[in-house]
Amino acid sequence: MTDTDPKQPAQQAPDLPSTWRLVSTLSIVALLSGILVVLVYEYTKPIIAENKRLAIERAIFQIFPDAKSTLAFRIEDGQVVAVDADATTGEIVHAVYDQSGQLLGVTLEAAAVGYQDEVRILYGFDPETQCIIGFKVLKTAETPGLGSKISTDPDFLANFNCLQAQVDAQHGGLCHAIKTVKHGSKQHPWEIDAISGSTITSKAIGRMLNGSGQLLLPVIVDNLQLFRDAYRSGAVDNK
Amino acid sequence: MAESTPSDTPLTLEVFTAGLWRENPVFVMMLGLCPTLAVTNSVINSLAMGAASIFVLVCSNALVSVLRKLIPKQIRITAYIIIATFVTMVDYIIQAISLDLYNALGAFIQLIVVNCLILGRAEAYASRNSLGKTVVSALGMGLGFTFALVCLGGVRELLGASTLLGFQVFSSNYEPWVVMLLPPGGFIVLGCWLLLFNWLKQRKTTKMIAAEEAMDTTRQIETS
Repeated sequence: MTDTDPKQPAQQAPDLPSTWRLVSTLSIVALLSGILVVLVYEYTKPIIAENKRLAIERAIFQIFPDAKSTLAFRIEDGQVVAVDADATTGEIVHAVYDQSGQLLGVTLEAAAVGYQDEVRILYGFDPETQCIIGFKVLKTAETPGLGSKISTDPDFLANFNCLQAQVDAQHGGLCHAIKTVKHGSKQHPWEIDAISGSTITSKAIGRMLNGSGQLLLPVIVDNLQLFRDAYRSGAVDNK
Repeated sequence: MAESTPSDTPLTLEVFTAGLWRENPVFVMMLGLCPTLAVTNSVINSLAMGAASIFVLVCSNALVSVLRKLIPKQIRITAYIIIATFVTMVDYIIQAISLDLYNALGAFIQLIVVNCLILGRAEAYASRNSLGKTVVSALGMGLGFTFALVCLGGVRELLGASTLLGFQVFSSNYEPWVVMLLPPGGFIVLGCWLLLFNWLKQRKTTKMIAAEEAMDTTRQIETS
């Protein structure tokens, strides 16, 4: 305790604003913030959705260069149902057709955690050869110059000229699990030759393709006739 | 804030240029180092992060300055929720501009909300100064921050990928220093830039001292 000087006026506590003022000020700031966020969200929502749709469309036509049109489907409880072209929720499958309406293949999305964050890809499946014939990266934050090589390394991309993804006789999964092997040690057509120095990202690609393939490709093979008939009976999104 | 006293100093060019060089957020104040090290593996990422930070810094500081007399001192930090608002807005805007850019910047867009440069400027400057000075100062600081990010991003992209803004610079004989694109590269390049800045500062100080001593000597001679 210190002695107070009787000649000095007693030190007064600063005036505290009323609770009402504190609450009302914070409410106004929160309201202002909310309005700003909602305005920007509503304005950008259709633009973002269109960007996502275009990114997927670009990827589809890069995987299937002969493609002329696509139809969107969703896999629900092992069943395939037709959906709008801009549907994004659930396991979306795009059936891809050529000029004459022949089914070229289907594209599916797959994702797994890589070195930095989730890597999301769109891959193409050819039901005739039962091969994965290419993929395009939709989302990645992998290290430039290392993990990012999955999109550019010609040796790695050569794995996907025809990566075997044959559905087993019971249609319960794949005959052989897709897996990534050490660079230079690939022996089977269902193995992915990893990129030296980008092993974690290469393995993520193998993991996601195997996970998605085991689960979804049997459903795709079971419903091939549905995809073929859908072109004849329904409108398609032309390129 | 209600109790803060607005600064009486006039709005000068110095208010703008301070953030660019003399009080550069990265090279002098060492603020916002997390995004500085994390996203500067290419020039385009550096520019995008810089632009996003400028938007959040200018808008949030402007609003803090406008509301400074209305917000009671006791709840001023809580009121800085305004910063989170602008970060959310910039998050949506970048997604609308380019999904590739948005994916490249990853979580660091959302993490602008905890960039101490923005909160620091709101508390130390915007809450005590007029709107005009706040906006000019925030713009200078934001550009200074972007300048620092591009300095790092340029060197790292050049040495690590032999490109600049995606264009090939060195021939195919050049073996890229991949380490420059990894976190250690960020620390190494930042260290080199800090070394350069400190050397320039030291050289300036030495020159000023030498000039003052020369003037003192001249005065003494004239007096005698």
